[in-house]
Amino acid sequence: MNLSDEIVDTLSFFDSWEDRYRYMIDLGKELPVMDQSLRTDNRIVPGCQSQVWIDYKIESDKLIFQVDSDALIVKGLLAIVMAAYNNKTKQEIRNFDIENYFLKLDLIKHLSPTRGNGLMAMVEKIRILAN
Amino acid sequence: MTIHTMTNMNNSALVQTTEKPILRAFDIKKIRGDFPILSTKVNGKPLVYLDNGATGQKPGYVINAVSHYYKTTNSNVHRGAHYLSDKATQEFEQSRTTMQKFINAEHREEILWTRGTTESINLVAQSWGQRNIGPGDEIILSTLAHHSNIVPWQLLSEQTGATIKVINIKDNGELDIEQYKSLLGNKTKLVAIGHISNALGVINPIKEMIKLAHEVHAKVLIDGAQAVSHIQVDVQDLDCDFYAFSGHKMFAPMGIGILYGKKDLLEKMPPWQGGGEMIEKVTFEKTTFNKLPYKFEAGTPNVSGAIGIAAAADYLNSFDRKMLSDYESYLLDYATTSLEKINGLKVVGRDCHKASVISFNIDGCHAQDIGMMLDQQGIAVRTGHHCAMPLMQALNIDGTVRASLCFYNTTKEIDQLCKAIGVALGMLL
Repeated sequence: MNLSDEIVDTLSFFDSWEDRYRYMIDLGKELPVMDQSLRTDNRIVPGCQSQVWIDYKIESDKLIFQVDSDALIVKGLLAIVMAAYNNKTKQEIRNFDIENYFLKLDLIKHLSPTRGNGLMAMVEKIRILAN
Repeated sequence: MTIHTMTNMNNSALVQTTEKPILRAFDIKKIRGDFPILSTKVNGKPLVYLDNGATGQKPGYVINAVSHYYKTTNSNVHRGAHYLSDKATQEFEQSRTTMQKFINAEHREEILWTRGTTESINLVAQSWGQRNIGPGDEIILSTLAHHSNIVPWQLLSEQTGATIKVINIKDNGELDIEQYKSLLGNKTKLVAIGHISNALGVINPIKEMIKLAHEVHAKVLIDGAQAVSHIQVDVQDLDCDFYAFSGHKMFAPMGIGILYGKKDLLEKMPPWQGGGEMIEKVTFEKTTFNKLPYKFEAGTPNVSGAIGIAAAADYLNSFDRKMLSDYESYLLDYATTSLEKINGLKVVGRDCHKASVISFNIDGCHAQDIGMMLDQQGIAVRTGHHCAMPLMQALNIDGTVRASLCFYNTTKEIDQLCKAIGVALGMLL
């Protein structure tokens, strides 16, 4: 089972919001730590409630991301996005249905074009990179 | 109004009347019953709505006034040669009179309909500002300002070569009046300040500040978006030149707002937007403009919004306003005391004259994480910079959690907030 399917599976298993959020926070904590020096303005995806930073490189046709946020739950959401996009080819990224993934996770509201967090803007940025 | 319809008013779903209510006693249960949305469940929990600074909920009285208008009156105003148009025009203009009385303006034509506070401020910036501000002139703003009372002035200063000066805040969040005095001078043409800070709730001493500005012959615009729902505003007593506010924060529909301006100023100002309604005579060579207030009201206005905001004013006036604000002060004290018992919680903007708004941060936690976890527990707050980024920079913080209370909130809801913060901290720390 790939990582994104695993997340869908695990999240659907929880009954309470507390368990779901604890799991998301843990996913965020497991994200590799982004070097402070990479938290620069040109890597920022601004949101009015929290910040998201994104850095990437291309290695043997695959996009390798480093992401971070100053808020824990957003970091968890980033981990969920990374499970789908990190270390994947542009073709794989283009083929992945992120809306359906977030719908299945019951987290679709976080992908709405909101001023709140930089998640949607980050997804848009990755999609542009993959094109 | 009969007792019978008063009873109906308390059960909002049943209300069909749009008659004015009579003065009511303060009964929190009945007041909550006026607001249908307050019985909503969010994430399976009863809604605790503490985001009144963003927008106020609507009482059945307002909802029904708007609905009644569409069911019985809807027509374009000032135009039609028929019954409905006359009726709509009459109600629309009656709403203007209601709003004139609501803020105690001297003349009814001093009340201009806009989309909201932001549009009101932009109107003054582009109409009065373009005519009266020039290179080297100074506009004074405040660190507490909402972006909507900063950006229109920045645009104007770029267009005219004027300079922006800023009033600092003291440690407790209040404006530094001594420093304000030092900014005032013969170059000062305008002071644009908020009545109540949206981010911290600080009530600015605007009457004193207006007087000081007038001593140097500057005009004053007050952003009253956060004030009208909390306190009774009297523009003549304040002696402000312009006062801007929105309907939706005072329990009226979104998309309607008001600009109050002193008549002699408005008369000298050029129109801002052009279109129908605001003209007297149009030829391709020259257009002459309609009289006040229509000169500033191009296009079909938001008639149902005007009816809604007048209904909201009637609703607020059905209470002793002092009684509502006393209750809100009590809630604020209760909330401050309760929240400060939480380890690591710091209220931002303390020991100052405040409306019922509490902004806070908790050591080691990001405001958005707290907000999201409160949401899961049915509690609506706002987190972030509250459209006041310069203020956040001055305070050296990224943002806050803001609980903005109003007279339909209860101490029980504040207890729920504190409990829910405890749950969130258990997971975040």
